[in-house]
Amino acid sequence: MLNVKIRKQFRSNGAQPFALDVAASFSPGFTVLFGPSGAGKSTLLDCIAGLQQPDSGEIRVGEKVFFDAAADLSIPPQRRELAYVFQSLALFPHLSVEQNIRYGLSRLSFSEQTERSITAAKSFRIEKLLSRRPAELSGGEKQRVALARALVTRPRVLLLDEPLTGLDSSLRRSILEDLHAWNGANRIPILYVTHNREEVDAIGERVVTLVNGRVQESGAPSAVLDAPRSVELAHAAGFENTLPAVVVEHRPADGVMRVSLDHAACEIEIPLGDAAPGSEVRVAIRAGDILVATELPHFLSARNILPGTLESLETRGTMVALRVKAGTIFQVHVTPGAVRALDLSPGLLVWLVIKTHSCHLVR
Amino acid sequence: MSTEALLLSLRLSATVSILLLALALPLAYGLAFSTWRGKFLLESVVALPLVLPPTVLGFYALVAMGPRGPLGKLWQSLFSHPLAFTFTGLVLASMLYSLPFAVQPLVASFESLDRRLLDASAVLGADRARTFLRIILPLAWPGVLTALVLSFAHTLGEFGVVLMVGGNLPGITRTVSIDIYDRVQALDYTAAHQTALLLLLISFVVLSIVYGVNRRVWSPWPAK
Repeated sequence: MLNVKIRKQFRSNGAQPFALDVAASFSPGFTVLFGPSGAGKSTLLDCIAGLQQPDSGEIRVGEKVFFDAAADLSIPPQRRELAYVFQSLALFPHLSVEQNIRYGLSRLSFSEQTERSITAAKSFRIEKLLSRRPAELSGGEKQRVALARALVTRPRVLLLDEPLTGLDSSLRRSILEDLHAWNGANRIPILYVTHNREEVDAIGERVVTLVNGRVQESGAPSAVLDAPRSVELAHAAGFENTLPAVVVEHRPADGVMRVSLDHAACEIEIPLGDAAPGSEVRVAIRAGDILVATELPHFLSARNILPGTLESLETRGTMVALRVKAGTIFQVHVTPGAVRALDLSPGLLVWLVIKTHSCHLVR
Repeated sequence: MSTEALLLSLRLSATVSILLLALALPLAYGLAFSTWRGKFLLESVVALPLVLPPTVLGFYALVAMGPRGPLGKLWQSLFSHPLAFTFTGLVLASMLYSLPFAVQPLVASFESLDRRLLDASAVLGADRARTFLRIILPLAWPGVLTALVLSFAHTLGEFGVVLMVGGNLPGITRTVSIDIYDRVQALDYTAAHQTALLLLLISFVVLSIVYGVNRRVWSPWPAK
Protein backbone atom coordinates (compact mmCIF):
# COMPACT_ATOMS: atom_id res chain seq x y z
CA MET A 1 0.00 0.00 0.00
CA LEU A 2 1.37 3.42 -1.00
CA ASN A 3 0.22 6.29 1.22
CA VAL A 4 0.71 9.84 0.03
CA LYS A 5 -0.22 12.95 1.93
CA ILE A 6 1.76 15.88 0.60
CA ARG A 7 1.59 19.54 -0.20
CA LYS A 8 3.90 21.46 -2.49
CA GLN A 9 3.50 25.12 -3.35
CA PHE A 10 4.93 26.46 -6.58
CA ARG A 11 5.96 30.07 -6.75
CA SER A 12 3.86 31.87 -9.29
CA ASN A 13 5.89 33.41 -12.05
CA GLY A 14 3.21 35.62 -13.55
CA ALA A 15 0.87 32.69 -13.96
CA GLN A 16 -1.65 31.52 -11.38
CA PRO A 17 -0.04 30.12 -8.24
CA PHE A 18 -0.22 26.36 -8.20
CA ALA A 19 -0.21 24.00 -5.28
CA LEU A 20 -0.11 20.24 -5.32
CA ASP A 21 -2.19 19.06 -2.38
CA VAL A 22 -2.81 15.34 -2.43
CA ALA A 23 -3.91 12.83 0.17
CA ALA A 24 -4.48 9.37 -1.27
CA SER A 25 -3.77 5.70 -0.74
CA PHE A 26 -2.86 3.40 -3.58
CA SER A 27 -3.34 -0.30 -3.00
CA PRO A 28 -1.50 -2.98 -5.02
CA GLY A 29 -2.65 -3.19 -8.62
CA PHE A 30 -3.33 -0.48 -11.20
CA THR A 31 -4.55 2.97 -10.29
CA VAL A 32 -5.05 5.34 -13.18
CA LEU A 33 -4.20 8.99 -12.48
CA PHE A 34 -6.41 10.94 -14.79
CA GLY A 35 -6.69 14.67 -15.26
CA PRO A 36 -6.21 17.60 -17.63
CA SER A 37 -2.64 18.60 -18.49
CA GLY A 38 -1.12 20.85 -15.85
CA ALA A 39 -3.13 19.17 -13.09
CA GLY A 40 0.07 18.07 -11.35
CA LYS A 41 0.13 14.38 -12.32
CA SER A 42 3.82 14.25 -13.26
CA THR A 43 4.74 16.42 -10.26
CA LEU A 44 2.98 13.95 -7.98
CA LEU A 45 4.96 11.06 -9.50
CA ASP A 46 8.21 13.07 -9.18
CA CYS A 47 7.48 13.65 -5.48
CA ILE A 48 6.81 9.96 -4.90
CA ALA A 49 10.05 9.09 -6.71
CA GLY A 50 12.03 11.66 -4.71
CA LEU A 51 12.96 13.76 -7.74
CA GLN A 52 11.08 16.72 -6.26
CA GLN A 53 10.61 17.58 -2.59
CA PRO A 54 7.16 18.36 -1.19
CA ASP A 55 6.95 21.23 1.32
CA SER A 56 5.10 19.17 3.87
CA GLY A 57 3.49 15.83 4.45
CA GLU A 58 4.47 12.20 4.29
CA ILE A 59 4.99 9.42 1.75
CA ARG A 60 5.07 5.79 2.88
CA VAL A 61 5.07 2.37 1.26
CA GLY A 62 3.86 -0.06 3.88
CA GLU A 63 6.15 0.48 6.87
CA LYS A 64 8.92 2.11 4.84
CA VAL A 65 8.90 5.91 5.05
CA PHE A 66 10.10 7.65 1.87
CA PHE A 67 9.42 11.17 2.99
CA ASP A 68 8.40 12.78 6.26
CA ALA A 69 8.59 16.56 6.44
CA ALA A 70 7.95 16.60 10.20
CA ALA A 71 10.96 14.32 10.83
CA ASP A 72 13.00 16.16 8.15
CA LEU A 73 13.44 12.82 6.40
CA SER A 74 13.69 12.26 2.66
CA ILE A 75 15.12 9.05 1.26
CA PRO A 76 17.01 9.85 -1.96
CA PRO A 77 15.53 8.40 -5.18
CA GLN A 78 18.42 5.91 -5.37
CA ARG A 79 17.21 4.14 -2.23
CA ARG A 80 13.43 4.25 -2.71
CA GLU A 81 13.45 0.99 -4.70
CA LEU A 82 10.77 2.11 -7.07
CA ALA A 83 10.56 2.16 -10.83
CA TYR A 84 9.52 5.11 -12.94
CA VAL A 85 8.83 5.08 -16.68
CA PHE A 86 8.88 8.66 -17.95
CA GLN A 87 6.75 10.02 -20.73
CA SER A 88 9.94 10.52 -22.78
CA LEU A 89 11.05 6.99 -21.66
CA ALA A 90 14.58 8.36 -21.06
CA LEU A 91 16.39 5.34 -22.48
CA PHE A 92 20.15 5.91 -22.34
CA PRO A 93 20.93 6.58 -26.01
CA HIS A 94 24.58 5.51 -25.86
CA LEU A 95 23.88 2.13 -24.23
CA SER A 96 22.52 -1.01 -25.85
CA VAL A 97 19.14 -2.41 -24.89
CA GLU A 98 20.87 -4.97 -22.69
CA GLN A 99 23.03 -2.34 -20.98
CA ASN A 100 19.93 -0.23 -20.42
CA ILE A 101 18.14 -3.14 -18.75
CA ARG A 102 21.20 -4.05 -16.64
CA TYR A 103 21.71 -0.46 -15.51
CA GLY A 104 19.56 -0.77 -12.40
CA LEU A 105 21.09 -4.10 -11.38
CA SER A 106 24.65 -2.96 -10.64
CA ARG A 107 24.51 -4.34 -7.08
CA LEU A 108 23.97 -7.89 -8.31
CA SER A 109 26.60 -10.30 -9.59
CA PHE A 110 27.09 -10.39 -13.34
CA SER A 111 25.44 -13.79 -13.75
CA GLU A 112 22.41 -12.67 -11.73
CA GLN A 113 22.20 -9.52 -13.87
CA THR A 114 22.22 -11.62 -17.00
CA GLU A 115 19.61 -14.02 -15.72
CA ARG A 116 17.23 -11.29 -14.59
CA SER A 117 17.61 -9.12 -17.67
CA ILE A 118 16.96 -12.05 -19.99
CA THR A 119 13.83 -12.96 -18.03
CA ALA A 120 12.63 -9.35 -18.17
CA ALA A 121 13.43 -9.09 -21.87
CA LYS A 122 11.45 -12.26 -22.55
CA SER A 123 8.42 -11.12 -20.60
CA PHE A 124 8.30 -7.95 -22.71
CA ARG A 125 9.26 -9.81 -25.90
CA ILE A 126 12.42 -7.85 -26.66
CA GLU A 127 14.98 -10.66 -26.26
CA LYS A 128 15.94 -10.33 -29.93
CA LEU A 129 16.77 -6.63 -29.57
CA LEU A 130 19.32 -6.83 -26.75
CA SER A 131 22.30 -5.65 -28.80
CA ARG A 132 20.54 -2.70 -30.43
CA ARG A 133 20.79 0.95 -29.49
CA PRO A 134 17.59 2.87 -28.62
CA ALA A 135 17.84 4.85 -31.88
CA GLU A 136 17.46 1.60 -33.81
CA LEU A 137 14.14 0.70 -32.14
CA SER A 138 10.57 1.43 -33.15
CA GLY A 139 8.29 3.38 -30.84
CA GLY A 140 6.64 0.29 -29.41
CA GLU A 141 9.97 -1.47 -28.91
CA LYS A 142 11.34 1.53 -27.00
CA GLN A 143 8.33 1.44 -24.71
CA ARG A 144 8.86 -2.26 -24.04
CA VAL A 145 12.54 -1.67 -23.27
CA ALA A 146 11.67 1.15 -20.86
CA LEU A 147 9.17 -1.12 -19.07
CA ALA A 148 11.66 -4.00 -18.89
CA ARG A 149 14.41 -1.69 -17.58
CA ALA A 150 12.06 -0.42 -14.87
CA LEU A 151 10.58 -3.76 -13.79
CA VAL A 152 13.79 -5.81 -13.81
CA THR A 153 14.74 -4.06 -10.55
CA ARG A 154 11.72 -5.64 -8.77
CA PRO A 155 10.43 -2.33 -7.42
CA ARG A 156 8.09 -1.73 -4.46
CA VAL A 157 6.10 0.79 -6.50
CA LEU A 158 5.76 1.34 -10.23
CA LEU A 159 5.18 4.83 -11.63
CA LEU A 160 4.14 5.12 -15.27
CA ASP A 161 3.82 8.56 -16.83
CA GLU A 162 1.91 8.14 -20.09
CA PRO A 163 4.23 5.31 -21.13
CA LEU A 164 2.18 4.33 -24.16
CA THR A 165 1.42 7.65 -25.85
CA GLY A 166 1.87 7.73 -29.57
CA LEU A 167 1.29 4.01 -30.08
CA ASP A 168 -1.55 2.65 -32.17
CA SER A 169 -4.26 0.94 -30.20
CA SER A 170 -3.43 -2.68 -31.10
CA LEU A 171 0.21 -2.25 -30.05
CA ARG A 172 -0.94 -0.49 -26.90
CA ARG A 173 -3.30 -3.33 -26.07
CA SER A 174 -0.57 -5.94 -26.52
CA ILE A 175 1.86 -4.04 -24.23
CA LEU A 176 -0.90 -3.54 -21.67
CA GLU A 177 -1.57 -7.29 -21.72
CA ASP A 178 2.10 -7.96 -20.94
CA LEU A 179 1.95 -5.41 -18.15
CA HIS A 180 -1.20 -7.01 -16.78
CA ALA A 181 0.51 -10.41 -16.81
CA TRP A 182 3.46 -8.96 -14.93
CA ASN A 183 1.12 -7.32 -12.41
CA GLY A 184 -0.62 -10.64 -11.83
CA ALA A 185 2.68 -12.15 -10.68
CA ASN A 186 4.00 -9.13 -8.70
CA ARG A 187 1.25 -7.27 -6.90
CA ILE A 188 2.63 -3.80 -6.13
CA PRO A 189 0.98 -0.36 -6.35
CA ILE A 190 1.11 0.85 -9.95
CA LEU A 191 0.30 4.47 -10.71
CA TYR A 192 -0.53 4.94 -14.35
CA VAL A 193 -0.87 8.47 -15.68
CA THR A 194 -2.84 8.88 -18.87
CA HIS A 195 -5.45 11.04 -20.44
CA ASN A 196 -6.35 8.46 -23.03
CA ARG A 197 -9.82 7.12 -22.34
CA GLU A 198 -9.12 3.85 -24.15
CA GLU A 199 -6.13 3.12 -21.89
CA VAL A 200 -8.25 3.87 -18.83
CA ASP A 201 -10.81 1.30 -19.93
CA ALA A 202 -8.13 -1.28 -20.81
CA ILE A 203 -6.42 -0.94 -17.42
CA GLY A 204 -9.64 -0.79 -15.53
CA GLU A 205 -9.28 -1.23 -11.84
CA ARG A 206 -9.42 2.27 -10.34
CA VAL A 207 -9.27 5.87 -11.40
CA VAL A 208 -8.15 8.83 -9.31
CA THR A 209 -8.78 12.18 -10.94
CA LEU A 210 -6.46 15.10 -10.31
CA VAL A 211 -7.60 18.65 -11.10
CA ASN A 212 -5.59 21.77 -10.19
CA GLY A 213 -3.28 19.78 -7.95
CA ARG A 214 -6.05 18.13 -5.93
CA VAL A 215 -7.68 14.73 -6.00
CA GLN A 216 -11.19 15.30 -7.17
CA GLU A 217 -12.72 11.87 -7.40
CA SER A 218 -11.78 8.25 -7.23
CA GLY A 219 -13.59 5.08 -8.13
CA ALA A 220 -14.33 2.78 -11.02
CA PRO A 221 -13.49 4.30 -14.44
CA SER A 222 -17.07 4.24 -15.68
CA ALA A 223 -18.42 5.96 -12.57
CA VAL A 224 -15.77 8.67 -12.57
CA LEU A 225 -15.27 9.41 -16.24
CA ASP A 226 -18.76 8.93 -17.69
CA ALA A 227 -20.22 11.41 -15.25
CA PRO A 228 -17.44 13.88 -14.47
CA ARG A 229 -18.33 16.39 -11.81
CA SER A 230 -16.06 19.26 -12.83
CA VAL A 231 -15.65 21.23 -16.04
CA GLU A 232 -11.88 20.60 -16.25
CA LEU A 233 -12.41 16.89 -15.85
CA ALA A 234 -15.28 16.90 -18.32
CA HIS A 235 -12.95 18.45 -20.92
CA ALA A 236 -10.20 15.95 -20.14
CA ALA A 237 -12.65 13.05 -20.29
CA GLY A 238 -13.73 14.09 -23.77
CA PHE A 239 -16.89 16.08 -23.18
CA GLU A 240 -16.74 18.71 -25.91
CA ASN A 241 -19.79 20.62 -24.67
CA THR A 242 -19.74 22.11 -21.16
CA LEU A 243 -22.58 24.61 -21.29
CA PRO A 244 -23.39 27.21 -18.61
CA ALA A 245 -26.94 26.63 -17.34
CA VAL A 246 -29.39 27.68 -14.63
CA VAL A 247 -31.61 25.14 -12.86
CA VAL A 248 -35.27 26.00 -13.57
CA GLU A 249 -37.23 23.32 -11.74
CA HIS A 250 -36.94 19.83 -10.21
CA ARG A 251 -39.28 17.03 -11.27
CA PRO A 252 -38.47 14.37 -8.69
CA ALA A 253 -41.27 12.07 -9.82
CA ASP A 254 -39.60 11.72 -13.24
CA GLY A 255 -36.05 11.79 -11.79
CA VAL A 256 -35.19 14.79 -13.93
CA MET A 257 -34.79 18.55 -13.73
CA ARG A 258 -35.10 21.29 -16.31
CA VAL A 259 -32.27 23.74 -16.90
CA SER A 260 -32.12 26.78 -19.14
CA LEU A 261 -29.05 27.28 -21.29
CA ASP A 262 -27.30 30.51 -22.12
CA HIS A 263 -29.57 33.11 -20.49
CA ALA A 264 -32.81 31.25 -21.08
CA ALA A 265 -32.29 30.95 -24.82
CA CYS A 266 -33.50 27.33 -24.60
CA GLU A 267 -34.38 24.71 -22.02
CA ILE A 268 -33.34 21.07 -21.74
CA GLU A 269 -34.09 18.19 -19.40
CA ILE A 270 -31.24 16.52 -17.51
CA PRO A 271 -31.06 13.84 -14.79
CA LEU A 272 -31.98 15.11 -11.34
CA GLY A 273 -28.87 16.35 -9.50
CA ASP A 274 -28.08 18.08 -6.23
CA ALA A 275 -28.43 21.66 -7.47
CA ALA A 276 -31.29 23.83 -6.19
CA PRO A 277 -33.54 25.69 -8.60
CA GLY A 278 -32.00 29.03 -9.50
CA SER A 279 -28.42 27.81 -9.01
CA GLU A 280 -25.85 28.14 -11.77
CA VAL A 281 -24.39 24.88 -13.04
CA ARG A 282 -22.82 23.45 -16.18
CA VAL A 283 -24.09 20.67 -18.37
CA ALA A 284 -21.56 18.39 -20.07
CA ILE A 285 -22.58 16.59 -23.27
CA ARG A 286 -20.31 14.54 -25.57
CA ALA A 287 -20.36 15.85 -29.14
CA GLY A 288 -20.87 12.26 -30.31
CA ASP A 289 -23.98 11.82 -28.13
CA ILE A 290 -25.99 14.44 -30.01
CA LEU A 291 -28.11 13.41 -33.02
CA VAL A 292 -28.86 15.69 -35.96
CA ALA A 293 -32.16 15.67 -37.92
CA THR A 294 -33.11 17.82 -40.89
CA GLU A 295 -36.82 17.54 -40.14
CA LEU A 296 -38.60 17.76 -36.80
CA PRO A 297 -38.49 14.15 -35.57
CA HIS A 298 -41.63 12.53 -34.16
CA PHE A 299 -42.25 9.45 -32.00
CA LEU A 300 -38.85 9.60 -30.28
CA SER A 301 -38.05 8.74 -26.68
CA ALA A 302 -35.42 11.50 -26.46
CA ARG A 303 -36.70 14.38 -24.37
CA ASN A 304 -34.58 17.18 -25.77
CA ILE A 305 -35.26 18.25 -29.36
CA LEU A 306 -33.86 21.70 -30.14
CA PRO A 307 -34.21 23.66 -33.41
CA GLY A 308 -30.99 25.29 -34.59
CA THR A 309 -28.87 26.49 -37.48
CA LEU A 310 -25.82 24.66 -38.77
CA GLU A 311 -23.01 27.23 -38.65
CA SER A 312 -19.98 25.31 -39.87
CA LEU A 313 -18.58 21.87 -40.71
CA GLU A 314 -15.02 20.74 -40.27
CA THR A 315 -13.73 17.33 -41.34
CA ARG A 316 -11.29 15.76 -38.85
CA GLY A 317 -10.13 12.41 -40.16
CA THR A 318 -13.12 10.08 -40.27
CA MET A 319 -15.30 12.43 -38.26
CA VAL A 320 -17.04 15.70 -39.09
CA ALA A 321 -17.30 18.33 -36.35
CA LEU A 322 -20.40 20.52 -36.63
CA ARG A 323 -21.09 23.81 -34.89
CA VAL A 324 -24.81 24.25 -34.39
CA LYS A 325 -26.45 27.35 -32.92
CA ALA A 326 -29.52 26.17 -31.03
CA GLY A 327 -29.94 28.85 -28.40
CA THR A 328 -26.30 28.33 -27.53
CA ILE A 329 -23.48 26.82 -29.61
CA PHE A 330 -23.32 23.00 -29.60
CA GLN A 331 -20.39 20.89 -30.85
CA VAL A 332 -21.74 17.84 -32.66
CA HIS A 333 -19.74 14.96 -34.17
CA VAL A 334 -21.18 12.96 -37.08
CA THR A 335 -19.76 10.65 -39.75
CA PRO A 336 -18.97 11.84 -43.29
CA GLY A 337 -21.73 9.43 -44.45
CA ALA A 338 -24.28 11.29 -42.32
CA VAL A 339 -23.17 14.59 -43.84
CA ARG A 340 -23.79 13.18 -47.35
CA ALA A 341 -27.10 11.47 -46.50
CA LEU A 342 -28.55 14.60 -44.90
CA ASP A 343 -26.83 16.94 -47.36
CA LEU A 344 -25.56 19.05 -44.47
CA SER A 345 -24.20 22.49 -45.34
CA PRO A 346 -23.75 25.78 -43.45
CA GLY A 347 -26.98 27.76 -42.95
CA LEU A 348 -29.21 24.67 -42.92
CA LEU A 349 -31.98 24.47 -40.32
CA VAL A 350 -31.56 21.33 -38.19
CA TRP A 351 -32.90 19.73 -35.05
CA LEU A 352 -30.59 18.48 -32.31
CA VAL A 353 -31.74 15.39 -30.43
CA ILE A 354 -30.22 14.79 -26.98
CA LYS A 355 -31.17 12.03 -24.56
CA THR A 356 -31.70 13.14 -20.97
CA HIS A 357 -29.05 10.72 -19.72
CA SER A 358 -26.45 12.03 -22.18
CA CYS A 359 -26.49 15.26 -20.18
CA HIS A 360 -24.26 15.42 -17.07
CA LEU A 361 -24.35 17.98 -14.33
CA VAL A 362 -20.87 19.40 -13.62
CA ARG A 363 -19.53 22.30 -11.58
CA MET B 1 61.84 29.44 -37.17
CA SER B 2 62.57 28.51 -33.59
CA THR B 3 61.86 24.82 -32.94
CA GLU B 4 62.69 25.31 -29.29
CA ALA B 5 59.96 27.91 -28.88
CA LEU B 6 57.44 25.79 -30.79
CA LEU B 7 58.15 22.69 -28.69
CA LEU B 8 57.86 24.75 -25.53
CA SER B 9 54.51 26.13 -26.65
CA LEU B 10 53.20 22.66 -27.50
CA ARG B 11 54.35 21.31 -24.15
CA LEU B 12 52.76 24.24 -22.32
CA SER B 13 49.47 23.88 -24.24
CA ALA B 14 49.26 20.13 -23.66
CA THR B 15 49.99 20.47 -19.93
CA VAL B 16 47.52 23.32 -19.51
CA SER B 17 44.66 21.68 -21.44
CA ILE B 18 44.93 18.40 -19.51
CA LEU B 19 45.26 20.01 -16.06
CA LEU B 20 42.50 22.45 -16.95
CA LEU B 21 40.13 19.65 -17.91
CA ALA B 22 40.60 18.11 -14.46
CA LEU B 23 39.75 21.48 -12.90
CA ALA B 24 36.97 22.39 -15.31
CA LEU B 25 34.96 19.12 -15.06
CA PRO B 26 33.89 19.59 -11.42
CA LEU B 27 33.53 23.34 -11.91
CA ALA B 28 31.28 22.89 -14.94
CA TYR B 29 29.29 20.19 -13.14
CA GLY B 30 28.61 22.65 -10.34
CA LEU B 31 27.70 25.45 -12.72
CA ALA B 32 25.39 23.26 -14.80
CA PHE B 33 23.54 21.38 -12.06
CA SER B 34 23.71 23.35 -8.83
CA THR B 35 20.68 25.38 -7.82
CA TRP B 36 22.77 27.69 -5.66
CA ARG B 37 21.55 31.29 -5.99
CA GLY B 38 25.01 32.86 -5.99
CA LYS B 39 26.01 30.75 -9.00
CA PHE B 40 26.16 33.85 -11.23
CA LEU B 41 29.13 35.13 -9.20
CA LEU B 42 31.13 32.01 -9.98
CA GLU B 43 30.05 32.27 -13.62
CA SER B 44 31.37 35.84 -13.73
CA VAL B 45 34.70 34.86 -12.19
CA VAL B 46 35.11 32.03 -14.70
CA ALA B 47 34.32 34.35 -17.61
CA LEU B 48 36.60 37.20 -16.42
CA PRO B 49 39.61 36.17 -18.54
CA LEU B 50 37.39 36.60 -21.61
CA VAL B 51 37.05 40.33 -21.09
CA LEU B 52 40.17 41.33 -19.14
CA PRO B 53 43.19 42.50 -21.12
CA PRO B 54 45.81 39.73 -20.86
CA THR B 55 48.21 42.26 -19.39
CA VAL B 56 45.85 42.91 -16.47
CA LEU B 57 45.49 39.18 -15.84
CA GLY B 58 49.25 38.75 -16.25
CA PHE B 59 49.94 41.65 -13.92
CA TYR B 60 47.87 40.17 -11.07
CA ALA B 61 49.28 36.72 -11.73
CA LEU B 62 52.79 38.18 -11.53
CA VAL B 63 52.03 40.02 -8.29
CA ALA B 64 50.58 36.84 -6.76
CA MET B 65 53.47 34.68 -7.92
CA GLY B 66 56.24 37.15 -7.16
CA PRO B 67 58.57 36.56 -4.21
CA ARG B 68 56.37 38.81 -2.05
CA GLY B 69 53.01 37.57 -3.41
CA PRO B 70 50.99 34.99 -1.43
CA LEU B 71 51.35 32.27 -4.05
CA GLY B 72 55.03 33.01 -4.62
CA LYS B 73 55.76 32.90 -0.89
CA LEU B 74 53.93 29.63 -0.46
CA TRP B 75 55.73 28.13 -3.42
CA GLN B 76 59.11 29.30 -2.18
CA SER B 77 58.55 27.77 1.26
CA LEU B 78 57.33 24.47 -0.22
CA PHE B 79 59.80 23.93 -3.05
CA SER B 80 62.52 26.49 -2.17
CA HIS B 81 62.56 28.07 -5.63
CA PRO B 82 60.55 30.98 -7.00
CA LEU B 83 57.40 30.59 -9.10
CA ALA B 84 57.52 33.65 -11.34
CA PHE B 85 59.49 33.30 -14.60
CA THR B 86 59.34 29.48 -14.48
CA PHE B 87 57.50 26.96 -16.63
CA THR B 88 55.23 26.01 -13.68
CA GLY B 89 54.34 29.65 -13.16
CA LEU B 90 53.51 29.90 -16.82
CA VAL B 91 51.28 26.82 -16.57
CA LEU B 92 49.34 28.29 -13.62
CA ALA B 93 48.85 31.67 -15.30
CA SER B 94 47.83 30.01 -18.58
CA MET B 95 45.29 27.84 -16.77
CA LEU B 96 43.68 30.96 -15.39
CA TYR B 97 43.79 32.63 -18.78
CA SER B 98 42.19 29.68 -20.65
CA LEU B 99 39.71 28.75 -17.91
CA PRO B 100 36.54 29.99 -19.69
CA PHE B 101 37.52 28.11 -22.84
CA ALA B 102 37.52 24.85 -20.89
CA VAL B 103 34.52 25.53 -18.64
CA GLN B 104 32.02 26.99 -21.07
CA PRO B 105 31.87 24.13 -23.62
CA LEU B 106 31.49 21.69 -20.70
CA VAL B 107 28.67 23.70 -19.09
CA ALA B 108 26.93 24.01 -22.45
CA SER B 109 27.11 20.28 -23.13
CA PHE B 110 26.07 19.35 -19.57
CA GLU B 111 23.12 21.72 -19.75
CA SER B 112 21.96 20.36 -23.07
CA LEU B 113 21.62 16.85 -21.60
CA ASP B 114 18.08 15.58 -21.13
CA ARG B 115 17.53 15.90 -17.36
CA ARG B 116 15.18 12.95 -17.45
CA LEU B 117 18.17 10.71 -18.28
CA LEU B 118 19.78 11.80 -15.02
CA ASP B 119 16.47 11.27 -13.17
CA ALA B 120 16.19 7.81 -14.73
CA SER B 121 19.72 6.99 -13.60
CA ALA B 122 18.94 8.11 -10.03
CA VAL B 123 15.70 6.14 -9.85
CA LEU B 124 17.59 3.08 -11.13
CA GLY B 125 19.82 3.36 -8.06
CA ALA B 126 22.92 5.05 -9.47
CA ASP B 127 24.70 7.54 -7.18
CA ARG B 128 26.05 10.82 -8.53
CA ALA B 129 29.50 9.45 -9.36
CA ARG B 130 28.04 6.56 -11.37
CA THR B 131 25.61 8.87 -13.15
CA PHE B 132 28.50 11.18 -14.01
CA LEU B 133 30.77 8.43 -15.33
CA ARG B 134 28.18 6.28 -17.10
CA ILE B 135 25.68 8.86 -18.40
CA ILE B 136 26.90 12.46 -18.28
CA LEU B 137 30.49 12.04 -19.47
CA PRO B 138 29.80 9.69 -22.41
CA LEU B 139 26.93 11.86 -23.63
CA ALA B 140 28.86 15.11 -23.18
CA TRP B 141 32.03 13.93 -24.91
CA PRO B 142 31.83 16.48 -27.76
CA GLY B 143 31.92 19.14 -25.05
CA VAL B 144 34.91 17.48 -23.40
CA LEU B 145 36.75 17.36 -26.70
CA THR B 146 35.86 20.98 -27.44
CA ALA B 147 37.10 22.05 -24.02
CA LEU B 148 40.42 20.22 -24.52
CA VAL B 149 41.01 21.54 -28.00
CA LEU B 150 39.95 25.13 -27.33
CA SER B 151 42.09 25.46 -24.22
CA PHE B 152 45.00 23.92 -26.12
CA ALA B 153 44.61 26.35 -29.02
CA HIS B 154 44.02 29.34 -26.80
CA THR B 155 47.11 28.63 -24.71
CA LEU B 156 49.16 28.11 -27.85
CA GLY B 157 48.33 31.61 -29.03
CA GLU B 158 48.66 33.59 -25.79
CA PHE B 159 51.07 36.49 -25.60
CA GLY B 160 50.31 39.10 -22.99
CA VAL B 161 50.04 36.81 -19.98
CA VAL B 162 53.20 34.94 -20.95
CA LEU B 163 55.14 38.11 -21.34
CA MET B 164 54.02 39.43 -17.94
CA VAL B 165 54.50 36.23 -15.96
CA GLY B 166 57.14 34.35 -17.88
CA GLY B 167 59.23 36.99 -19.48
CA ASN B 168 61.39 35.83 -22.34
CA LEU B 169 63.71 33.02 -21.24
CA PRO B 170 64.65 30.73 -24.15
CA GLY B 171 63.58 27.12 -23.52
CA ILE B 172 61.77 28.02 -20.30
CA THR B 173 59.22 30.72 -21.01
CA ARG B 174 59.92 31.89 -24.55
CA THR B 175 56.83 30.68 -26.44
CA VAL B 176 56.10 30.93 -30.18
CA SER B 177 54.10 34.12 -29.97
CA ILE B 178 56.94 35.84 -28.11
CA ASP B 179 59.39 34.43 -30.60
CA ILE B 180 57.37 36.00 -33.43
CA TYR B 181 57.31 39.33 -31.62
CA ASP B 182 61.09 39.23 -31.12
CA ARG B 183 61.72 38.42 -34.79
CA VAL B 184 59.57 41.33 -35.89
CA GLN B 185 61.40 43.63 -33.47
CA ALA B 186 64.65 42.41 -35.05
CA LEU B 187 63.16 43.03 -38.53
CA ASP B 188 63.52 39.32 -39.40
CA TYR B 189 60.16 39.13 -41.19
CA THR B 190 60.89 35.84 -42.96
CA ALA B 191 61.41 33.88 -39.76
CA ALA B 192 58.43 35.64 -38.13
CA HIS B 193 56.25 34.72 -41.09
CA GLN B 194 57.25 31.04 -41.01
CA THR B 195 56.28 30.71 -37.36
CA ALA B 196 53.14 32.81 -37.78
CA LEU B 197 51.96 30.71 -40.71
CA LEU B 198 52.55 27.50 -38.78
CA LEU B 199 50.54 28.85 -35.86
CA LEU B 200 47.76 29.90 -38.22
CA LEU B 201 47.63 26.41 -39.73
CA ILE B 202 47.61 24.67 -36.36
CA SER B 203 44.79 26.90 -35.14
CA PHE B 204 42.77 26.29 -38.28
CA VAL B 205 43.16 22.50 -38.09
CA VAL B 206 42.29 22.45 -34.40
CA LEU B 207 39.12 24.51 -34.88
CA SER B 208 38.12 22.40 -37.88
CA ILE B 209 38.28 19.34 -35.65
CA VAL B 210 36.08 20.98 -33.03
CA TYR B 211 33.43 22.23 -35.40
CA GLY B 212 33.57 19.10 -37.49
CA VAL B 213 32.92 16.89 -34.47
CA ASN B 214 30.02 18.87 -33.16
CA ARG B 215 28.71 22.10 -34.55
CA ARG B 216 26.24 22.64 -31.76
CA VAL B 217 28.66 22.86 -28.87
CA TRP B 218 29.83 26.38 -28.30
CA SER B 219 29.93 27.44 -31.89
CA PRO B 220 29.65 31.10 -32.87
CA TRP B 221 27.76 29.98 -35.98
CA PRO B 222 24.05 29.24 -36.02
CA ALA B 223 23.11 25.55 -35.79
CA LYS B 224 22.51 23.62 -39.01
